[in-house]
Amino acid sequence: MTATATAPRRAGSPRGIRRGEARAGWVFILPVIIILGVFMLVPVLMAVWVSVSDWQGRGSPLSSSVGFVGLENYAAVTTGGGLAERNFGIALRNNAWYVLLVVPLQTALSLLLAVLVNRAVMRGRGFFRTAFYFPSVTSTVAITVLWLFLFSSSGVINEVLSWIGINGPNWFNDPSGVVQNLLASIGVTSGPDALTEGGFLGVSWWDWIGGPSVAMSAFILMAVFTTSGTFMLLFLAGLQNIGADTYEAAMVDGANAWQRFWRITLPQLRPTLFTVLTLGLIGCWQVFDQIYTGTQGAPSKTTLTPAYLSYQAAFGSQEWGQGAAIAFILFAIIVFFTLVQRWVLRDRPVSRRRARAYQPKGTR
Amino acid sequence: MSAITSTPGRRRLPSRLLTGQLFLYALLVLLALAYIFPFLVQVATSFKTEADAAANPISLVPSPWSWAAYERLFVNSDFPRWFANSAIVTVAVTTGRVFFDSLAGYALARLRFRGRSIVFAAVVAVMAVPTVVLLIPKFLVINQLGIYDSYAGMILPLLVDAAGVFIMKNFFESIPASVEEQARIDGAGTFRIFWSVVLPMARPALITIVILSFQGSWNELSHFIVSTQSPELTTLTKGVASLASGQLSQGTQYPLKLAAAAIMTVPVAVMFFIFQRRIMNTTEGAVKE
Repeated sequence: MTATATAPRRAGSPRGIRRGEARAGWVFILPVIIILGVFMLVPVLMAVWVSVSDWQGRGSPLSSSVGFVGLENYAAVTTGGGLAERNFGIALRNNAWYVLLVVPLQTALSLLLAVLVNRAVMRGRGFFRTAFYFPSVTSTVAITVLWLFLFSSSGVINEVLSWIGINGPNWFNDPSGVVQNLLASIGVTSGPDALTEGGFLGVSWWDWIGGPSVAMSAFILMAVFTTSGTFMLLFLAGLQNIGADTYEAAMVDGANAWQRFWRITLPQLRPTLFTVLTLGLIGCWQVFDQIYTGTQGAPSKTTLTPAYLSYQAAFGSQEWGQGAAIAFILFAIIVFFTLVQRWVLRDRPVSRRRARAYQPKGTR
Repeated sequence: MSAITSTPGRRRLPSRLLTGQLFLYALLVLLALAYIFPFLVQVATSFKTEADAAANPISLVPSPWSWAAYERLFVNSDFPRWFANSAIVTVAVTTGRVFFDSLAGYALARLRFRGRSIVFAAVVAVMAVPTVVLLIPKFLVINQLGIYDSYAGMILPLLVDAAGVFIMKNFFESIPASVEEQARIDGAGTFRIFWSVVLPMARPALITIVILSFQGSWNELSHFIVSTQSPELTTLTKGVASLASGQLSQGTQYPLKLAAAAIMTVPVAVMFFIFQRRIMNTTEGAVKE
């Protein structure tokens, strides 16, 4: 590095001044390349190999005794018909419900918090912002421990529920599906044959639509609690970019608060909304820490997630090939949904019906 | 927004506006209570006896006050060791990231060399790989390199992060290059320019890296699960997780578990309150479209 300092310079020439720059560039970036290469790129390549091999966790996966089995591991978890497929199906079902509920709830709540905080007069703002953001900086492990206490059978949540006459469930030990419980409350206790006989990935359609278990619902609430603060900050930044004059103009035109929210705030927040939905979706498919800390998939596997199943298959059952295969399928799922979302939320030309609404009345 | 004057509707409805503000604050206070109350319960319960915690979970006043949970954690358990391990890893990782991320960010932003855009594309690609997908792969490599169950295996893989490189590159691109050009004309070498001219200017971005690395490595769990197994190398996250799943204890032990969770929250909470303004601002700056 010091070579550049001592090297003779050709005075006045920009090439001389920039001498040695390329070498310095590579030296500067080398640590990052080495570490990301060794601990990101190489691992992924190795895992690709493990996912198509019969390695059982003994010795090196690169040794000659490890055989190539093609897509067998992928087949075992997607079409095998055995326990591996059923576990994967259950994990996907659990996580799909988790995504389906957490993403809209956290987005709506964080937007609500941002709008409320933004409307508050300066004095209170900092306090509320801090209060809502604080859960986001604490570790998932600590929050999970807290959640296990709050949602225990005689815990805080059930005590509060009892004030309004509700007999709360034994949250983390209740494997019953929320949707199925709702159906049971109107007298439907077993699904129609059409739903119970067919199925996907070893899980019947009736169980697919059964909803998250009560235990998983507690985790869903936890995710909303811990992520809404971060996303609130993103929305707040977006809100501050909307000029006050836009609102003023709308108010002069007689738009009420409700109309201003739907016609001005929301459309202007579109880029932020896109960021929040994408980050939320990616995060929600990676549920691991809270399951490892809290329930390890119990009760009745209803809090099992693909991320945890992948870990369990490899480190627990020594089915390394299947574990790696699950990880890659999970990766594909995340990429797929991100792309779908990109496509759904893409910038579209204004529809004709919408465009007509902006034309002066006489020309319609 | 509702405070904007000179709107036609405003003069007619002052009382409605007032009730609106009252309603807004009532709602905000209620929500804030819901967000803060769990942490108050956590701290209060950690000072309760086990019987009291079970009988009055919602009460914020322990009766009687008890230090038993903390005594047990610090005197009769591995908790101090977990704390020390977390501190070692966090300090090492944060230092490494501040240095290496800014070096790489500077190179990508300012130094011209062949292959720069490919390296940058690779860094962005790495950011997109979800961490849980890397659990098994990381273990394989750490094991293969013979650094399983060592501080090296815990620290090295976390020592740089793609997001940090990205943040530093963006920052360096936002500051004018004229000062560096001046130093360059004066004959300073690239590393010297970086170290004594550029880095001092990069303080705001470096603080961002410190915050993110500190929080990230202090709260990290999955990497330590796949890189260590011996009790001597257990970090706080791993140790408290094992407490939660009921090893080490009979009964529910809620005061003990919540005391552990509370202590592990303290360092990030302290950092949060020190850098509060900066945290809020960086997050805002990061998404400006």
